[in-house]
Amino acid sequence: MTRTLVIGGGPAGLAAAWAAAQSGQAVTLLDDNPALGGQIWRGDIPARYRRFLDPRITVQTGVQIHSASQLPPADRIILATGTRELFLPFPGWTLPHVLGAGGLQALVKGGLPIAGKRVVVAGSGPLLLAVAAYLRRRGAKILLVAEQAPYPRIAAFTRGLWRHPAKLLEAAQLGFGLRYRPDSWPLRADPGSVTLQGHGVLRCDYLACGFGLVVNTELPELLGCRVENGRVLTDADQRTTVPHIFFAGAGSVDRSLLEGQIAGFGPERGRALHAARAAAVAFDRCIDIAFALRSELLSLTTPETIVCRCEDVPFGAIWPHRDWRSAKLQTRCGMGPCQGRICGPALAHLCGWPAASVRPPIFPTRLENLLDLRD
Amino acid sequence: MIPVTVNGTPLTVPPGTTVAAAVMRIQPAFRRSVTGESRGPLCGMGICMECRVTLNGHPHERSCQLLCAAGMEITTP
Repeated sequence: MTRTLVIGGGPAGLAAAWAAAQSGQAVTLLDDNPALGGQIWRGDIPARYRRFLDPRITVQTGVQIHSASQLPPADRIILATGTRELFLPFPGWTLPHVLGAGGLQALVKGGLPIAGKRVVVAGSGPLLLAVAAYLRRRGAKILLVAEQAPYPRIAAFTRGLWRHPAKLLEAAQLGFGLRYRPDSWPLRADPGSVTLQGHGVLRCDYLACGFGLVVNTELPELLGCRVENGRVLTDADQRTTVPHIFFAGAGSVDRSLLEGQIAGFGPERGRALHAARAAAVAFDRCIDIAFALRSELLSLTTPETIVCRCEDVPFGAIWPHRDWRSAKLQTRCGMGPCQGRICGPALAHLCGWPAASVRPPIFPTRLENLLDLRD
Repeated sequence: MIPVTVNGTPLTVPPGTTVAAAVMRIQPAFRRSVTGESRGPLCGMGICMECRVTLNGHPHERSCQLLCAAGMEITTP
C-alpha cells in the first residue's frame, strides 16, 4: 500500500488527501493550523467540499515537526503549503489597525467580533471582494473596497466573465451593494484613518489590506524542490523536481482543488482532470493580468517607512545595499522571527531582489525543542 | 463559553476563539516592536509573528494560531 503524506490542509491538501485515500493509498494529513480548511476556510469548510474529509485519512492539526524522524514514513509527499498575502509597505502600515485583508477575515473566523466596525478593504485582487462580502455578512460596515488596478483593466476582466457564468454570478453576489473603486490605493494610514488615492481620508476601525498572494515556498525549497520566480516547478502530474515530492495549490480555490486531486490520484487517474486544470490556470492568468500591480505603488514606500517589521528597518537603510544578503548582514532586515516572509516579497517587488535561500528551522522554535533532538 | 484573562482583565469567549481574537476584544495592540511601536496581528495566519503574546508565562506564542482554553492567562508587553 502506498503511504502518502500530505502537508497542508487547505483546499489543495484536502483534495489531495481525499483523492489519495480514494485510490487506496494510506494517507496522513498534517497542518500547523488549529483546524483544517487552510486560510481561506479556517475550519469552516463549505458543505460541498466536506466529502474530502474521508474517514480513512489520518489527520493531525496544530502540529509542529522538529525533525524528519517525527514524520510518518511515506513513499510520496504532497506539499500543499498554500499562500500568504503580499504586503507593500506604505507610511502607517505598521499601525495596529492595519491588517491583511485575508488576515482580518482569518481573525474574524477565529472569533473576532466585527459587527458595527468600519472597515476599508484595499489593495488588489479578487480576494478583496470576497473578504469585503464576508465581513459585511458578519455585520461590518464596509466603507470602500479600493482596488489599485485601473478601471479599464477591471472593466475588461468583468466583460470576460460572461464566459464563466458561475464566476460572474459569484462576483455579482459578492459585489452587490459594495462601493468598489478601481484606481484607488492606500497612500498612508494614521491612527483611526486611511488616506486613499483619489478618495481622500476615511475614518475607519480597520484597514484590511493585501496586494495579492505569495506562495509559501519555504518547505518545498528546504526539501530540495526547485523554485523559480516564487513558484514551485511541477510537471503535468504536479510532481516537483524531487521525484517523490508533489506540490499542489497556490492559486484560486478551483485550481487548488484540481491540482490537489491530480497529485492525490497519481498520473493515471489524474489525467482526466488535466483539461479542467488548464482552464483554471488560464483563468488565474487573466486574474494576474487584470490585477497586475501598477508602477505608482513603487513610490508608496518612503525612506522612513519601515519595511522589516521584525527589526524595524526603514526603507532608506536598505538603499545602500545591492542585494538581500548584504541588506540582511548590515541592517538585520529579514533576520527577525518572520524570517523575511513579510519584507522579502515586499523587497522583491520594490527592489527586484530574489528571495534568499531557506535554512532550517523554517519557523522559529524553542531551544528546548532543538535540544530534545539530541536524545 | 471559555473564561480567559487578557492582561488581568477577565472575559469569556465562545469555543473556537483564537487567542488573538480574545486579545482584540480587549485592545488593538499586541507586541511592542524593537523600537517600541505597538503592533497588531497583521497576517492573521501564523506568518508575520506580530501577534506574539505571553501565554501562561510562556513568551513568544503566536496568538493567531492558538485556540483559547479555560483559564488561559494572556499578557501583552
